Amino acid sequence: MRMTKILAMAALVGLAASAAWAQKTTEEGIAEYRAMLQDGNPAELFEAKGEDLWKKPRGPKNASLEKCDLGKGAGVVKGAFVELPRYFPDTKRVQDLESRLLTCMETLQGFNAAEIANTPFGKGEQANLEGLVAWISSESRGMKFNLPQSRTEEKTMYEVGKRLFFARAGTHDFACASCHGTDNKRIRLQDLPNLTKPSGAASGFGSWPAYRVSSGELWGMQRRLNDCYRQQRFPYPRFGSDATIALAVYMGVTGKGGESVAPAIKR
Amino acid sequence: MGDPMRIRAQVAGANAVVRVLMAHEMESGQRKDSAGKMIPAWHIQDVTATLNGKTVMTAEWGPAVSKNPFLQFTVKGAKAGDKIGISWKDTKGDSRTDEATVS
Amino acid sequence: MQTRRETLHRSAVVASLLAATGLFPQFAWAYNNTAFDAKSVPDVLKALGAGAPVASKDVMIEGPDIAENGAVVPVGASTTLAGPKQILILVEKNPSTLAAVFHVNDSIEPNFKTRVKMGQTSDVYVVAVMADGRALFAKKEIKVTLGGCGG
Repeated sequence: MRMTKILAMAALVGLAASAAWAQKTTEEGIAEYRAMLQDGNPAELFEAKGEDLWKKPRGPKNASLEKCDLGKGAGVVKGAFVELPRYFPDTKRVQDLESRLLTCMETLQGFNAAEIANTPFGKGEQANLEGLVAWISSESRGMKFNLPQSRTEEKTMYEVGKRLFFARAGTHDFACASCHGTDNKRIRLQDLPNLTKPSGAASGFGSWPAYRVSSGELWGMQRRLNDCYRQQRFPYPRFGSDATIALAVYMGVTGKGGESVAPAIKR
Repeated sequence: MGDPMRIRAQVAGANAVVRVLMAHEMESGQRKDSAGKMIPAWHIQDVTATLNGKTVMTAEWGPAVSKNPFLQFTVKGAKAGDKIGISWKDTKGDSRTDEATVS
Repeated sequence: MQTRRETLHRSAVVASLLAATGLFPQFAWAYNNTAFDAKSVPDVLKALGAGAPVASKDVMIEGPDIAENGAVVPVGASTTLAGPKQILILVEKNPSTLAAVFHVNDSIEPNFKTRVKMGQTSDVYVVAVMADGRALFAKKEIKVTLGGCGG
C-alpha cells in the first residue's frame, strides 16, 4: 500500500519535471519562430504606403504632410517617433503620434479630424494612418526613447498615466498592472512585458506599431491600447484621448534609453 | 492592380538573392464572415520572376500561402545593376508587376 | 456547329488528358486545379503526374518546430539534387494539401522560402519532382498553436 503511494509520488514528480522541460522547449520554439519572421516583415508594405502618403498632396486643401511638425520641426521625421508623446505649443496639448497626425491632416490637408477619430480601425483614413505610423516609426528604428519631460504638461501626463496604469476598474477589477505590473507573467503563450520597469517598458512600448500575423493587420499604439481596454472589459477609449496619451507617456518615459524596434512583427 | 510589392535583390557571390513581399489578401475560402457566409477564395495563383526581361522563375500558389506573401529565391548569374521583375496574377484575374535593381 | 463554349470545353478536356499523360510537362495547363484541390499527399503527386514519393536526404525542409500562429508559418524548401523540375510544398492536414509549386530551371537555385497557412499541427512536406517524374521528399512536423489574448 505504502509502495504504491511512493510510486505514485515518483510518477507525479516525473510528470511535472518532464512538463517543465517541455515548457522550456516550447518557449525556445516560439522564440525561434519569431526570429524566422523578422526578415521580410509585411509591415514594410505599410511603410512604403506611409512614405507615399506623407509626400502626396491630399485632402480638401490638396496639400502633403511634408510641413507637419512631429515635435522636431516641420517636416522632420527622423527621430520624431522616439520623442513622442510630447507637448505641442500650437495645440497646447501633449500629443502622441496618431493624434498629432490628425492635427496635421486637419490643419494642412483640410481633413476632419473628429471624423477620422470616429472611423473604425482599418477603414478609410484610419487605414492611411496605419501606413503613416508604420513609416514614421521605421524612421526611428534603432534609436533610443527620449521623451521630453521638461514641461509641466508633460510631467503631469506622466503622473496621470501612472495612476491610470494602476487603477483597478471595470467588471473584472482589472488594471493594466494586472497583466503588465510584474515580471514573468504570461497569457497562454504570450509573454507579458513588465511595463513598470525600463527594459519591459522599452520592449513593450517600442514594439508598436506592429504587424500582427494572426490578422494580417498593422496596429498602432492607439489600437493596441483600445484592445487592452477591451480585454480589461473597460469602455472603449476615444481615439487620441488624453487617457491613452497619458498611458503612452508613462510607458515611454519608463522605457527611456531603450531602443525602438517599431514597426515590429507580432503573433 | 493591387498595392506595390517590396522587392530587395542583393548580390551574393555569383548570384542574387531576391526577397519579395507582396500585398495581397490571400483569402483562403475557408473563412466565414460575421453573417456566417463563406468568404470566397481570392488569392495569387501565378508568380513569375524575370532577370533583365527574361523569365527565370514561375510558380503556382494555392490559397494556403499566407496573406501578404513573402518569397525568397536565388537567381544565378545576376550582378549589380541587373533588373529583377516580379509579376503575380490572382483568381480574380487581377495582376501586378514590380521591378527592382540588383544591388 | 460547335459553339465557342463547346470548343473551349473540348480543348480543356483534351489538354488535361494530355497533361495526365505527361506529354506536356509543367506548361500544359498553367494552373493545375486538380493538384490544388487534392486532399492528400499521394493525390497531389498523382495530379501532377509524379510518382510515389520517396524520402531523400538530398531534399531539405526548413521550418520552426512550433508556430505561434498557423496563419504565417515560414517554410524553406530546397534540394541538392541536380535537375529537379519542380519543388513543392505540401501541408498534409490542410483542406487543400498543396500549398505551392515552384518550377525550377538552370536560371535559379532549387531553393525557396515562403510562408504558408496551417490549419492545425501537421506534417509539412517539401517534394522535389524530377524530369522523369520521380518524387523525393523531406518532411517535418510543425506544431501549430494559437497564442493567447495579448501581443
